[in-house]
Amino acid sequence: MSYPLTVLARGLHPVRSPFAVLSGKLASPRLLLIVALALYGAPARADGLVADLTSHLIAITTGFTGTSVVLFGATDGPGDVVVTVRGPDREMTVRRKSRVAGIWINTREVTFASVPSFYSVASSRPIADILSPATAAFYGLGVANLKPEPATPTPVVIADAFREALERTQKQAGLFADHKGKVDFLGERLFRTTITFPSNVPTGTYLVEVFLVSDKDIVSGQTTPLVVSKVGVDAEVFAFSTRQPGVYGAIAVLTAVVAGWLASLPFRGT
Amino acid sequence: MDIYLPIAEVSLDILVLLGLGAAVGFLSGVFGVGGGFLLTPLLIFIGVPPTVAVASSANQLVGASVAGVLAHWRRGNVDFKMGYVLLVGGLAGSVLGVWIFTLLKRLGQVELTISVCYVLLLGSLGIMMMIESVRALLRMHRPGATRRRLHQHTWMHGLPLKARFRRSRLYISALLPIGIGFVIGVFSAILGIGGGFIMVPAMIYMLGMPTSVVPGTSLLQIIFVAANVTVLQAYTNHTVDAVLALVLLVGGVVGARVGSRFGTRLRGEQLRFLLALLVLAVAAKLAFDMTATPADLYSIASEKG
Repeated sequence: MSYPLTVLARGLHPVRSPFAVLSGKLASPRLLLIVALALYGAPARADGLVADLTSHLIAITTGFTGTSVVLFGATDGPGDVVVTVRGPDREMTVRRKSRVAGIWINTREVTFASVPSFYSVASSRPIADILSPATAAFYGLGVANLKPEPATPTPVVIADAFREALERTQKQAGLFADHKGKVDFLGERLFRTTITFPSNVPTGTYLVEVFLVSDKDIVSGQTTPLVVSKVGVDAEVFAFSTRQPGVYGAIAVLTAVVAGWLASLPFRGT
Repeated sequence: MDIYLPIAEVSLDILVLLGLGAAVGFLSGVFGVGGGFLLTPLLIFIGVPPTVAVASSANQLVGASVAGVLAHWRRGNVDFKMGYVLLVGGLAGSVLGVWIFTLLKRLGQVELTISVCYVLLLGSLGIMMMIESVRALLRMHRPGATRRRLHQHTWMHGLPLKARFRRSRLYISALLPIGIGFVIGVFSAILGIGGGFIMVPAMIYMLGMPTSVVPGTSLLQIIFVAANVTVLQAYTNHTVDAVLALVLLVGGVVGARVGSRFGTRLRGEQLRFLLALLVLAVAAKLAFDMTATPADLYSIASEKG
């Protein structure tokens, strides 16, 4: 899995809590392993933050038009809460058109090795007000801080232009969002937010991360998985089309033939 | 009411899809062509990924042509021998076409190629049909005009492998329909079309078949070419959305019935003139899209597109 892991980052950054999110490639694999083991041994508890989702499964069925999930939780002290939702990483290729002989043709492409297929942030107050830009960048909070890197060496100017286009397009498709909803406090300690997903939500295992912010720093964090999956007929059709592509094609043809034959029946006798 | 399409991975309004199927079915009922050349661009327009639109149109075409052939067969208007000969070429062509399609998809130029092919094909055919139908319409108003000779001998009649096509009342080289079938098979795979709108003029003007057996025979070979394309696309590119194809078919059935009733009220020349207009309009729209400055120069290529 290529999710950012919750790791011990005290030596790398002025963080008071042992829980901080660090991009996987910054930490050595051994450190990650040790921390991961430590985490499994001692689950996140009494770190000032508890949160959960009303549902850990988003089922995409035939009538799916997007959905929302409520995240609720409590803090044991004052502070702000930031919630990020991150879909599975994917390789994405961005293409740019330019005019060749009067026609617009894809002439240049940049492939980004791992881009979250979905990313949204919600917070109790604007991130700029509760965290310094450096801290927000360090924890990768906000679309501008995702900073996917090209898979192959690319001049910085070009990589930046393509990255900006990627972010813009994903935002338009509703797959990337800053300030997508607000984290509401009910009283001082209880909070809740609604995470919305569009109908084109990619499938896979998502990670919902909740951060407790106090004094311009992240003091606590918790991670909850969320599975987005096609279920029922659609899931079976999709799985079948990739597992048995030849048989699927044959069935698709047969279905159409039968449908065509049925369609011609009313013509009989006229 | 939205329906989630499992392969296209988008939710679309089922009424829009049914309407689209009905509109395309209407046209195929009126003109006797499959309508794939209109369906694919329209599907792309409403948000289906281009590769899925191409493959699913082929799937829809299978059902639409089965219905069409059965209707023509009852009236005895299908030349089975000609259909099978065309088919030999068509199948070979569609294998090559799917291979080209896969290559283009990898190169990132599949959308451009689809558009350029459409513009060239539709543009040239539209102009040819327009000229022909206008001439025919003008001839009608001059009763004293001389009729063209029914049969002219050209280099095409010197080719080997001559065969007799009884229903079409032809004695020509089998290489001719094989070649036509091949070319259409290639386009069929790349563009998701049955090739009816290329096949019909080719059969009338190149092979010299009687107009009455043309639509049924053309549709007969389209069934098999489209079926082949569907299986190949499903196998190679995983882009056939059977749910989408089925919804389009349901709408298409209704449209085709209304269309064929409407079509019988029009004269042949008027029909061809209207079809030429329609074909040219689609070509003009696609040409405009290719040359006009796009709203966004950047696009994202997912695994499917």
